Amino acid sequence: MSRHFTKDHEWIDVSEDVGTVGITDYAQSQLGDITFVELPEVGSTVGKSDSVSVVDSVKAASDVYTPVSGEVVAVNDALADEPEKVNTDAEGEGWLFRVSLSDPGELDSLMDEAAYTTYIAGL
Amino acid sequence: MSEIDEQLDGEADAAPMLLPLDQWHRDRGARMVEFAGYMMPVQYEGIIAEHLWTREHAGLFDVSHMGQLVVSGQGAAEALETLLPGDISALKPGRVRYSLLLAEDGGILDDLMVTNRGDEYYVVVNGATKWDDIGHLREYLPDDVTLNHLDEHALLALQGPEAAKALGALGLKPAFEGMPSLEDLTFMQAGPFMWGERPLGISRTGYTGEDGFEISVRAEDVVALADALTAMGEVMPIGLGARDSLRLEAGLPLYGHDLTPETDPVSADLAFAISKVRREGGGFPGAERILDLLADGPQRLRVGLALEGRMAAREGAKVMSEGGEVGVVTSGGFSPSLQHPIAMAYVDSAHAAPDTQLEVEMRGKLLSARVVPMPFVPHRYHRRGVRP
Repeated sequence: MSRHFTKDHEWIDVSEDVGTVGITDYAQSQLGDITFVELPEVGSTVGKSDSVSVVDSVKAASDVYTPVSGEVVAVNDALADEPEKVNTDAEGEGWLFRVSLSDPGELDSLMDEAAYTTYIAGL
Repeated sequence: MSEIDEQLDGEADAAPMLLPLDQWHRDRGARMVEFAGYMMPVQYEGIIAEHLWTREHAGLFDVSHMGQLVVSGQGAAEALETLLPGDISALKPGRVRYSLLLAEDGGILDDLMVTNRGDEYYVVVNGATKWDDIGHLREYLPDDVTLNHLDEHALLALQGPEAAKALGALGLKPAFEGMPSLEDLTFMQAGPFMWGERPLGISRTGYTGEDGFEISVRAEDVVALADALTAMGEVMPIGLGARDSLRLEAGLPLYGHDLTPETDPVSADLAFAISKVRREGGGFPGAERILDLLADGPQRLRVGLALEGRMAAREGAKVMSEGGEVGVVTSGGFSPSLQHPIAMAYVDSAHAAPDTQLEVEMRGKLLSARVVPMPFVPHRYHRRGVRP
């Protein structure tokens, strides 16, 4: 399994051409207390960099962009009652949705963990 | 993710100014953002934790970006009354009144607090509007009335049910004989105090709906005061984020969002700020239009909305009824105390009655909303004759 990151602070873990997507721990720390997560519909087709989900914090709403194209095959229903999981475990139990990748080659344009760490250090 | 950049308001072009407590906030882990031209702490520990702490204990807010003005001289009250709809002449020494700076057409230029300090009027205006307010006052106040900007003073707010206990522990003394003690102050009263050798101007006022105080302090004394207050177990520093969620729950409008030059006091549901004697006498900007609105009722009214679900309605969202647009949200967010989203909106008067069912359009979805009386969370002011 490999983990990739976007400049917009999403992460994606890919296993057998299915990617699990969430926002990074850095992103949740910047957003503050998350009160609601709007998730995409299972079965919907999404294109790389489409806004497919919204994370609401006390302050503001923020779009989440899918790092890859494909079909949404699952969403994290547990967030309906416990959106704060995105704060407490953004890169684990706070995952948002899973995408079946239509073009695994898109992963090549994303950052690895070391590159992302360097990227946020420069923000 | 987008919008991680958190600039809230204010001028983007000029370099932001620093408050006297700037380093103090940073040393306490505050995330600083630009607001009203200043770098301000938006949060320390987290907005929800800070919000709930203030409702249960006491929160210390740095609101030094606000404009502290002094209006003095012969006829100062009468001069202010040409610009505000409040009965300033009848305001007794030591009393505070909420009022509105009005444009010629009755539009709201700012909301403010006026204190009668005995020989002068102390006026606190919003940070984002203070330069315009100063310009407006300089233009319209007569020459024998003097306007001073207390730009060497910081302003702190100490808010919450334990605020009186915490401030009481500083051992403040009335600055002059015959002035009230801290315990004697009730909601909307003010007095001069000494903290040892340091002068403090204190009013029992605030922007959270809780009991609490606003403290005008010389810039050179503010670090010591903030240290002394936060050294007490009941006091935590609170950022702008929780200040906004607290005032929203308290039903208090935010200038630039819920109040603008396009809104009038009657539509804004602030008719209480137009004193009875001024309704009879008029003589304030926009009086004719405002008195007509009072008589006939406004077309639109600022109301509170309680939303179902967890998705928050945000400023600019359309308010709908049976497919038609009937209003617009001017501020909204998730209520930490109530655990559901709340909002303020201007809606057509026909849809403004409590319990009216409406919908708010957010990102293509229609959220169920109900008109509810404000405040959303009851005020707990320390009023005269009411002892907890």
